Amino acid sequence: MARTAFLTDATVCIGCKACEVACKEWNEVPDDGMVWSGFSYDNTKSLGASTWRHVLFLEQPSVAGPQIADTKDPFRWIFLSDVCKHCANAGCLEACPTGSIVRTEVGSVFVQPDVCNGCGYCVVSCPFGVIDKRPDDGRAFKCTFCYDRQKAGLIPACAKACPTQSIQFGDLDELRLRGRNRVQELQERGYKDARIYNPEETSVGGIHASFVILGEPEAYNLPPAPEVPTVYLKSAWTSALVSAAILVAIVCAAFAF
Amino acid sequence: MKSPSKPKATEERLDEIREAALKAGSAQGPQTGESYYGLPVLKAPVWTWEVPLYFFLGGISGVSACIGFIAQLFRSDPAFVRVCFWIALIGASICPILLIADLGRPKRFLNMLRVFKLRSAMSMGAWILVAFSNCAFLAVLCFELILRGLANPFLISLLWLLEGSAAITGLLLASYTGVLIGATAVPVWSQNRELLPAHFLTSGLGGSAAILELAGFLIPATQVLGFVASGIETLIEIFLEVRKRPVDVPLHHGRSGKALRIAGLLEGPAALLVRAFLGASHTGRYAAAVCFLLGSLLSRYAWIWAGRASAEDPHALFNLQRKV
Repeated sequence: MARTAFLTDATVCIGCKACEVACKEWNEVPDDGMVWSGFSYDNTKSLGASTWRHVLFLEQPSVAGPQIADTKDPFRWIFLSDVCKHCANAGCLEACPTGSIVRTEVGSVFVQPDVCNGCGYCVVSCPFGVIDKRPDDGRAFKCTFCYDRQKAGLIPACAKACPTQSIQFGDLDELRLRGRNRVQELQERGYKDARIYNPEETSVGGIHASFVILGEPEAYNLPPAPEVPTVYLKSAWTSALVSAAILVAIVCAAFAF
Repeated sequence: MKSPSKPKATEERLDEIREAALKAGSAQGPQTGESYYGLPVLKAPVWTWEVPLYFFLGGISGVSACIGFIAQLFRSDPAFVRVCFWIALIGASICPILLIADLGRPKRFLNMLRVFKLRSAMSMGAWILVAFSNCAFLAVLCFELILRGLANPFLISLLWLLEGSAAITGLLLASYTGVLIGATAVPVWSQNRELLPAHFLTSGLGGSAAILELAGFLIPATQVLGFVASGIETLIEIFLEVRKRPVDVPLHHGRSGKALRIAGLLEGPAALLVRAFLGASHTGRYAAAVCFLLGSLLSRYAWIWAGRASAEDPHALFNLQRKV
């Protein structure tokens, strides 16, 4: 099978949350509490064990940019449907000690719920803060990239439900090209801060769910330069081995004298 | 589009909700653009109280095996070597229970042994713990058989082999926990990844010497090891206090900062001073040992709390990544 991808475009998202609902329904994800957050119309706040699509509502002052290009709007309101990034080098997958988290034939990162034992190491290893442990269940959960639907030749539930084609699903290389073209088009139309979010230059090595956004990624709680934590292994293990050797020398000295 | 009609009822309702949320302390008003409403980017560690306790006990039992093996190499009192390995075995028996209790699905603990993954510190840790507890168990078994008159050359060489293996895996057990949290996405942990294994090993060394002292071995070797461990911990404490990096805020402030400072004082200067001035008496050495153990235990909890605080601070992450 070809490598598939999401391209989520903030500039056409209308914040309807159909993706959140479609995801919950198809994947039978439990509710995550009915509470008012006070953050615009966002009441789920972030991705989590029971929120696999999360629509952000950004309320920005006019200095950030206009709502409609070449107009003077008092503020701009941006929506974006966030999702698991399905990294090329995935922190959760590398960290998983049970082999529960695997790479699928479409290039996505999948948690096998029948293998996961809920050790929680993937939670601290995801540089995007996506995967989490569901307290009442004990296991870790995140977006499956609708692996079951893709196997049956269907597109993921969120992309299917999106009424504005903000969530596009398709071939990885094709969508990357489409994303670049879209950014160029937006910039020509006056949205100078339009950009692609796809950290290819860091150790994450690119993501299967990239985004078209306006402005800095931090405003969307997207880390500007995420690193896969395995890059820290070498120096940490070196320190452990050197320290252990010094400890042996100290203990030898203590018994020799 | 330039003068949109405002659906007043909706806006008023939204203002009400905002006000209620502000009062409840969850909302922070309009967005500043530097993060998404100040909400965390990363997920905080989900580990419960068992994990820091495991770090503590794993450190003590691992280093105990190493001390026991080296004591035997230098022909120390066999009674001392025996107690060293019994401490290792008791620790190695409690550690797996703690780790399994922390799992979301404890019955699936054996899934840890489905794969052997060099790139996962958690996987390596599971294998290190399995190897260590087996070596410690067999070494103690061997030792007890030899003590009961089964001293044949085969058993004696087997004992050396088992004790050596327990010592090596013990050192890995005492240090890998630093690698485990160092190689994560949590800023305060990853940016201290070189310090953590050394810190945890020193803590294990002092803890092990302290337990041996409390077990009645007030010999010069445990005194020396106690001095060295407290000395190194004092240096680490000074290093942490002097080096002020934005990413280290949870090491100085809040619950984790307070706990880490108290732990550092107990393990370092307090234990060192008690040992220096009262170390000639038995009571003084017991006091120094207890002091170090309390500090060592508290410091493992403090590091986990610091990780939680660090993961919940989006600006810590952004500052770190913008610098690069």
